[in-house]
Amino acid sequence: MIIAEHLEQTYMSGGHPLTVLSDINLTVEPQGFLAIVGPSGSGKTTLLGLLAGLDRPTAGRVVLDGEDLGPLTEDARARLRGEKVGFVFQTFQLIPTLTALENVLVPIELRPRAADRVENPEQRGRELLTRVGLGERTHHYPAQLSGGEQQRVALARAFANNPKVLFADEPTGNLDGDTGHAVIDLLVALNTEARTTLVLVTHDQELAQRAHQVVRLSGGKLVT
Amino acid sequence: MNLSFTLAMARREGRSSWRRIGFYMATVTLGVGALVAINSFRADVTAAIHREARTLLGSDLRLSSRRPMPETVQAILDSVAATGSEVSYVTSFSSMALTPSTGRTRLVNVRGLEGGFPFYGEVETDPAGSWSELQSGRRALVDRSVLVYLGARVGDELRIGQARFTIAGTIVRMPGEADISSTIRPRVLIPAEFLAETELLGFGSLVRYRAYLRLADPEEADAFAERHETLLEEAEVGATTVAQRAEDYARSLDIFARFLGLVGLAALLLGGLGVASAVHVFVKRKLETVAVLRCLGATQRTVFAVYLLQAGLMGLGGAAAGVVLGLAVQVLLPGILDDFLPVAVSPTLHPMVALAGLGVGVWVAVIFGLLPLLSVRDVTPLEALRRPFDGPASRWDLRRLAVMGALVATVVALSIAQAPHPWAGVAFAAAAAVTAAILGGMAWALTRATRRFFPRRAPYVVRQGVANLFRPHNQTVAVTLTVGFGVFVLGSMHIVQRNLLERLSLDARPDRPNLVVFDIQQDQRDGVESLIREHGFSAAELTPIVPARVAALNGRPVDELLEDTTGPRPARWALRREYRHTYRDTLVGSEELLAGEWWYEPAAPGALPRISVEEGLAEELGVGLGDAITWDVQGVLIETEITSLRQVSWARFETNFFVVFEPGVLDAAPTVYVTLTRVPGEEERALLQRDLVEAYPNVSALDLSLVQQTLETLIGSIALAIRFMALFSIASGMIVLVGAVATSRYQRVRESVLLKTLGAQARQVRQVLATEYVALGSLAGLTGCILAAVAGWALVTFLFELSFRLPLLQLAGIGLAAAVTTVLVGLVAGRDALRRAPLAVLREIGE
Ligand SMILES: Nc1ncnc2c1ncn2[C@@H]1O[C@H](COP(=O)(O)OP(=O)(O)O)[C@@H](O)[C@H]1O
Ligand SMILES: [Mg+2]
Repeated sequence: MIIAEHLEQTYMSGGHPLTVLSDINLTVEPQGFLAIVGPSGSGKTTLLGLLAGLDRPTAGRVVLDGEDLGPLTEDARARLRGEKVGFVFQTFQLIPTLTALENVLVPIELRPRAADRVENPEQRGRELLTRVGLGERTHHYPAQLSGGEQQRVALARAFANNPKVLFADEPTGNLDGDTGHAVIDLLVALNTEARTTLVLVTHDQELAQRAHQVVRLSGGKLVT
Repeated sequence: MNLSFTLAMARREGRSSWRRIGFYMATVTLGVGALVAINSFRADVTAAIHREARTLLGSDLRLSSRRPMPETVQAILDSVAATGSEVSYVTSFSSMALTPSTGRTRLVNVRGLEGGFPFYGEVETDPAGSWSELQSGRRALVDRSVLVYLGARVGDELRIGQARFTIAGTIVRMPGEADISSTIRPRVLIPAEFLAETELLGFGSLVRYRAYLRLADPEEADAFAERHETLLEEAEVGATTVAQRAEDYARSLDIFARFLGLVGLAALLLGGLGVASAVHVFVKRKLETVAVLRCLGATQRTVFAVYLLQAGLMGLGGAAAGVVLGLAVQVLLPGILDDFLPVAVSPTLHPMVALAGLGVGVWVAVIFGLLPLLSVRDVTPLEALRRPFDGPASRWDLRRLAVMGALVATVVALSIAQAPHPWAGVAFAAAAAVTAAILGGMAWALTRATRRFFPRRAPYVVRQGVANLFRPHNQTVAVTLTVGFGVFVLGSMHIVQRNLLERLSLDARPDRPNLVVFDIQQDQRDGVESLIREHGFSAAELTPIVPARVAALNGRPVDELLEDTTGPRPARWALRREYRHTYRDTLVGSEELLAGEWWYEPAAPGALPRISVEEGLAEELGVGLGDAITWDVQGVLIETEITSLRQVSWARFETNFFVVFEPGVLDAAPTVYVTLTRVPGEEERALLQRDLVEAYPNVSALDLSLVQQTLETLIGSIALAIRFMALFSIASGMIVLVGAVATSRYQRVRESVLLKTLGAQARQVRQVLATEYVALGSLAGLTGCILAAVAGWALVTFLFELSFRLPLLQLAGIGLAAAVTTVLVGLVAGRDALRRAPLAVLREIGE
């Protein structure tokens, strides 16, 4: 499902090149579950961004569901994300001006052609919200929800389009222990139901245990 | 781009965007309102003038001559009168009017009427009906200002030359004449049959003889004028048709209204700046949302379209409200500009004007919003995962340049469309850009300086308040720009007004003459001089004045020049006007020699008589040093050579001349004299004038303090109109200010809650706020004042050519008023933030 070959990322920082990732090679099978672990600043988020096509690597290539991201234009990658990729962020990243339901609907409505969209988006949105336990909160704004609730809306949004791959960057980083566990349980369950490939960045050793495959980053290099 | 998503997203986001920047669209409302009002008014005036064109002239055709109608013309008039048309005669000249009961005199415009003029429109008088009785005896109708100045009442005697009249009433309105014209030339209407009794017509004073025609067939007027064109021209009789008169009026009023429109346009451009600033802050807040949308698969274009659509829709809302506002103000304008209107103006709806206003408003909102919106395109999806390292990069790519270009083009195009003349439009656009740049630059520099040099030991509340000017998402520059602009417009206008009026305030300047005595005949010179001396004053040397016309330029007769349509041609007015020349052997204080030589040396034998020409006139006539002008001095042709060119500062209150002759040439020509004197007290001035008029009825005296009053009225009326339009700009500034306060409300609330939890009292929190607005208000006031001073100085020095005095106190007053308003508006708008319960506040902060 995901192939990364000789990935390297170098940023210009204060006029000096700073190599954040070098020579990363990895493969994730369809319906696989990859956990990326490592200390803060080791390049986890950078790697996730490259795998999801949010950024271009300085060298190397990423193939996502059989498509080489390298030659794709910015817009083509956006469309690819809309079709095949879901995201869960550490800071939830719900759109503050939209209600819970409207947030969930965004990926569906972004589909360029009506034919590609699910039959009844509203109904699908409500079902997803009900699935994450927020069936009663569809018209609440993010500010009116607690952190755990917001992250559950984000989960519903991530699965709205039936993505092939779900990327999650420390989804429990901003939640307390119990809430975090509940969110992770929900995430794994949804993932299994939808047969989604999951790439997850985490600090949580216990969570990493549940992955099929764990890579450890240190100073921008894979160790294992 | 994904249209359905764009629409859905714009609609949903619009709910909150409306709260954030919708308010700023009120600045667009004000700008559009100002433009729609003034442009609708313009259309109203044009319509009214054309509708009442006949009233403007009072007849179908007007013939005008400087001599009694020549026989050839009189013959025509008699023949049309015999065939069903009506002819009315009005003879007018300037003269002194004297009321024996008070002993006071005033220079007035005397009009002797005969026949049915005005044929169209009514003369309104007080008491009503005195118009119809005017012809029933030695009666006079006068302007109110005449009564006031003479201290006379209706029923009093009025003396004009040797004739005596009873004041029968005052003129309220003459058809076709704006109120302001009665201020400039106060009228006295008398029956024509008593004109001869005044014994003033023969004295070579400037008399206008007019004949007004009501034709049996009014449509014939143009044909009539054309048929007799050659004859009239030969007789030096001018013909004015209804259409020409309407055209003239419409044109000058249009120019005036367009200038006011430019002031309104300034409000719209300020609105644009307000929108740009609001969108800028708005976009900064939206960057995360944009990044998330990009992550979720939205293309750059789609995201951009979501926000552009919102800006456009809000602009539409603002502009639509502006049209409504404009239509409301349109109804007020005739009242404000009443003094300048010769006809009654009835406001009507002009759909094209309204539509144009709507379009311009939306366009301005979009184009000004576009530049900050472009940074939406630079947001990368990666920013949803991690805050950007270098902040949003605003690259100067082609798109930005294109938008900048479109913005500049918009401003220039709008200015040109609004200005009376394309170049005036370009100049206005340039001036607007420079002003905005300087205001913005000064705001920036002053904030920097404040930050840099601010005393570190100041109390905490003060330091915090000043620091707030630099908070993220601050709109310090925007507020300074808009409020400062208001101060700038009001301030510079005030400076110019004060300088003009001060220049005119003769009593404050002991060295200035304040009484002009003119139309003194050759044989009255000694008498007038000794009369002035007897009153205890000294008169300046009498200045001779010789009326003349141009007969030929370099040997080519004027008629030939006028007919020649090829190549550059001397200006028509310059060829045809009557000049008043003088002769003397030196230059005077208001003159400066630009080229050639003054006649200090005696003339070479056989050379042409030498003259000195004012540079502007030389340009209009297309002549220079060495060229020959032949003058028709009351029938005698005198050929002269231009040996010098002069610059004349006309703004000075002195007797200035286009053309000065060397002495000796015009000695024999019929000459009248003018002299200046200074008579300090008003009473003495009145006494001297009375004695002059009684001894020499044809001699006129002009009390310059009257001219001063007239100009004060005139300048006051114009200033009122400009101020009214400037109100829109000032209101724009206030809206931007309130908007800026609202924008920072959440941060402010969070801060105040934080401060309170840290133990600050409500009073201290208020003080922080107050300090911030005091700083902001003073910044705006100061910036506006400095700019106003510079602009005022430039206008006074270069345009009006006067010496400059800065009315520092008043200017500071305007600046202070703006600062105080800023503080009040800021405190009132920020008030609710301080009263909020902390919990509700914490919930809202996330939004
Ligand atoms: N645009 C950038 N410019 C410069 N340095 C960057 C940039 N993006 C990331 N970095 C650096 O790369 C390193 C890895 O960052 P990141 O991938 O966010 O680490 P992690 O997610 O493992 O904490 C950090 O040291 C960060 O400072
Ligand atoms: Mg990270």
